[in-house]
Amino acid sequence: MRAQIEGSQAVAEVVVLCRPDVIAAYPITPQTHIVERLSRMVKQGDVGRCQFLNVESEFAALSALIGASATGARTYTATTSQGLLFMAEAVYNAAGLGLPIVMTIANRAVGAPINIWNDHSDSMALRDAGWIQLYAETNQEAADLHIQAFRLAEELSCPVMVCMDGYILTHAYEPVDLPDRSLVDAFLPPFSPVQVLDPSDPISIGAMVGPEAFTEVKYLAHQQQLRALALVPEVAGVFEQQFQRPSRGLCSPYRMEDADVAVIALGSVIGTIKDTVDELRREGIAAGCVKIGCYRPFPTLQLRAELEGLTCVIVVEKDLAVGMGGIVSADVQIALQGLHIPVHTVIAGLGGRSISKASLKQMIHEARAERLSEPHFLDLNMTAINDELARRRDQRRAGPVAEHLVRAINAIGTKVV
Amino acid sequence: MHAVRIHGRGGQGVVTAAELLALAAFTDGKHAQAFPSFGSERMGAPVMAFCRIDDQAIRTRESVTHPDVVIVQDPTLLHHVDVFGGLSADGYILISSTFTVKELGIEEFLATLPDDHLCIVPASDIGQKHLKRPIANTSLLGGFAAMTGLIRIASVESAIRHKFPGALGEANAAAAREAYDHVTAFLSEQGRVSHHARAN
Amino acid sequence: MSTPRIKFYQTGTYTAGNRLLDEAARTVQSRMDRMNSLNSGHRACQGCGEALGARYAVDAAMRASHNRLIAINATGCLEVFSSPYPESSWQIPWMHSLFGNAPAVASGVAAALRAKGRGDVKVLAQGGDGATVDIGLGCLSGMFERNDDVLYLCYDNEAYMNTGIQRSGATPPFARTNTTQVVGEAPGNLLGTGKNLPRIAMAHGIPYVATASVADLHDLETKVTKAMDMQGARYIHLHVPCPLGWGSDPAHTIRVARMAVESGLFPLFEAQFGTVVDRTLIRHKVPVERYLELQDRFKHLFGPPPNTEAIAALQAIADANIVTYGLIV
Repeated sequence: MRAQIEGSQAVAEVVVLCRPDVIAAYPITPQTHIVERLSRMVKQGDVGRCQFLNVESEFAALSALIGASATGARTYTATTSQGLLFMAEAVYNAAGLGLPIVMTIANRAVGAPINIWNDHSDSMALRDAGWIQLYAETNQEAADLHIQAFRLAEELSCPVMVCMDGYILTHAYEPVDLPDRSLVDAFLPPFSPVQVLDPSDPISIGAMVGPEAFTEVKYLAHQQQLRALALVPEVAGVFEQQFQRPSRGLCSPYRMEDADVAVIALGSVIGTIKDTVDELRREGIAAGCVKIGCYRPFPTLQLRAELEGLTCVIVVEKDLAVGMGGIVSADVQIALQGLHIPVHTVIAGLGGRSISKASLKQMIHEARAERLSEPHFLDLNMTAINDELARRRDQRRAGPVAEHLVRAINAIGTKVV
Repeated sequence: MHAVRIHGRGGQGVVTAAELLALAAFTDGKHAQAFPSFGSERMGAPVMAFCRIDDQAIRTRESVTHPDVVIVQDPTLLHHVDVFGGLSADGYILISSTFTVKELGIEEFLATLPDDHLCIVPASDIGQKHLKRPIANTSLLGGFAAMTGLIRIASVESAIRHKFPGALGEANAAAAREAYDHVTAFLSEQGRVSHHARAN
Repeated sequence: MSTPRIKFYQTGTYTAGNRLLDEAARTVQSRMDRMNSLNSGHRACQGCGEALGARYAVDAAMRASHNRLIAINATGCLEVFSSPYPESSWQIPWMHSLFGNAPAVASGVAAALRAKGRGDVKVLAQGGDGATVDIGLGCLSGMFERNDDVLYLCYDNEAYMNTGIQRSGATPPFARTNTTQVVGEAPGNLLGTGKNLPRIAMAHGIPYVATASVADLHDLETKVTKAMDMQGARYIHLHVPCPLGWGSDPAHTIRVARMAVESGLFPLFEAQFGTVVDRTLIRHKVPVERYLELQDRFKHLFGPPPNTEAIAALQAIADANIVTYGLIV
């Protein structure tokens, strides 16, 4: 049923269709609408015997799900930014224990400075914890990925993060086709756990593993994630067939057939990039873009196949490895090694800064003319930067950077930025 | 594609207005994307919400810097926030107020805009009448429908009833209809063909 | 002629004290059908109070739940010595997740059992004082406040022992640990610091809070059994001497625990919904020195010259407990 609906509401509706047994959640902007809706639906009795736990922190949320999942329950939570980092220990624990938990990450910047707007620094911080990471381009995709996530997680015994841009997707009100319950039931069988705490068949879970076996345990976890490289497209294929709607899998190209410059990105910015590509094409530039839908495991082979022969690859990413540069672009460069394709790193949209078609176009022209710095920070306010640097040169006790920059740039929400 | 920007203060239903706009467009068989300018929840602070309407799927996610329509729910923002920034040369302005253009001190915009692209609606008064509270947002949507023709008034009313149950929905829909009629009347006074005739 | 009251103390399966008790009151350890939930072969130190307490407590919980129990363990001594890879000495469904989350994990297990309609299976969460009083306090408080159907058992050996004897929020005043060393102006742990977890638990108004000691294993089993018969959040705080960390003789673990009880430093009481409802009277009150002198971690208090002020401060704490809980009538 097609509805004009807020992204968060769509995710909540779809999670309910997946018949979760236990949901534990702690509120944090911009995930709140998802968990509020879920708590309402559980309380009203719309989710069978599902239990909703109002926990005291994100760490408690994921910990509760670790217990519930180990007891054979299908489990779900959502978080972002500071919350994801607060539960970091549990994130590694869940992956290490092989528990098929599904978690929405409503991508938001990580402080300090505190910032409630969208970027990918949160999920990027935990990209190597052993969770599968899927990124949604639209709210339709966010809804569809959650359904696939439960199936992937339970088949692989590996937890899955479904990443959707905070505010940009979670709070966007747009058309989403919500599937019938019968379709979801046919696609997603009941949870059949690989390990379960059961008095009639006792096991110990969570033993210490020493040097003699730790490497092997990690190797197996790595292999399991690599299996996802085959499983993600397979599940996407089944989804497409049963739900009669395209589902893209590992990565999806747009106008790449004859492209010589390509932009790579994750998440909702791909929409703006597609509009930019169309405009460039009209101007005679053979541009294309590739959306990475599954970031962990990293789709090395697929990306190589898409980008082989290109003369210019630009990675636009909403994150920054402080002291190093790009995170996604580093992975892309490893994937493309030996192909001698120049890869440009563009850091954009940090802390929720809007990425405009105009800026993207300008940046692509500069990339093609090899005039981009590496990494390149899109729409950087060099005046403010230079003023701040001068201020700090002049006095030792220069005060907090953030406060001064905010005042200098005078962005207190009265203008559209 | 048309882009609408709505200005108001926290607690005035600016976000709801954008959602209703999107829902009305959806009902009309169009594609719509509505989103707020995001911030911490705080009553009284200036807020904005946006809505894009198009006949095909909307892919872009950038903020609306060049709106085709600006709706101002709270006139105290007029000289405090750059509410008209980026408005296209033949864009539309809809303001909730009982004052005239001159009294509001915004005559300079008349020069750049066609006459029937700037409407002032006593939306809070209309809201007070139907809802017993000075709520302007739903009335303004009715005015929007009349002024721009981008959505049908019937769709506005249906969206309102979908969002607000029972008597509350009826009252809001009535407010929207009254504002619609007000703007339609204003436009015919201007001697211009209103979109009422064209769209319906 | 008045009949003198004779009390026999539980000291093991074959003593007269046990056989004179009503069958229902006999320790679970004396039964052939005992679960041995924590089986032999674990790697605890000789004389470990925690291993002793765990064996009695968990078997009592198993009996009370008709062998339908799931145990969640925080990181710590008990977890480490009971699950040395590739072995486990647990004969029951048991999981270890993290240091600070045992209460939350247990809450999740309880929720899953509810979702699956398995109200017959009970949940036990256990951790040391470090896991319970410090790093896991947030999760514990959440579990209490939601009244999740979990019995939480804290094994209090008054420091982070597994990591090599560091001070916790349960370390008593003046105790030597490796982070409160016997140097400087105020040797050992500082007077005036620390948390009283049983009172914090009571402040949450949960159905059952009790303190227990390995000095009285019957009492421990009775309290566990009683708690297992209740629903909602329940908390038992068990005092367990650690010969290594306390510097006491491994053969004297039970004696050390008894001295703590008899001096008043570790009061035994029960509370329901925030109010104390019962306590165990002190049989033979002893001055705190009888307790302190058994442990190297308090050796510095005996000088020479003896730190009379510190000992008096500890005595004052013991005396205050005696008054608060009415331990002597």
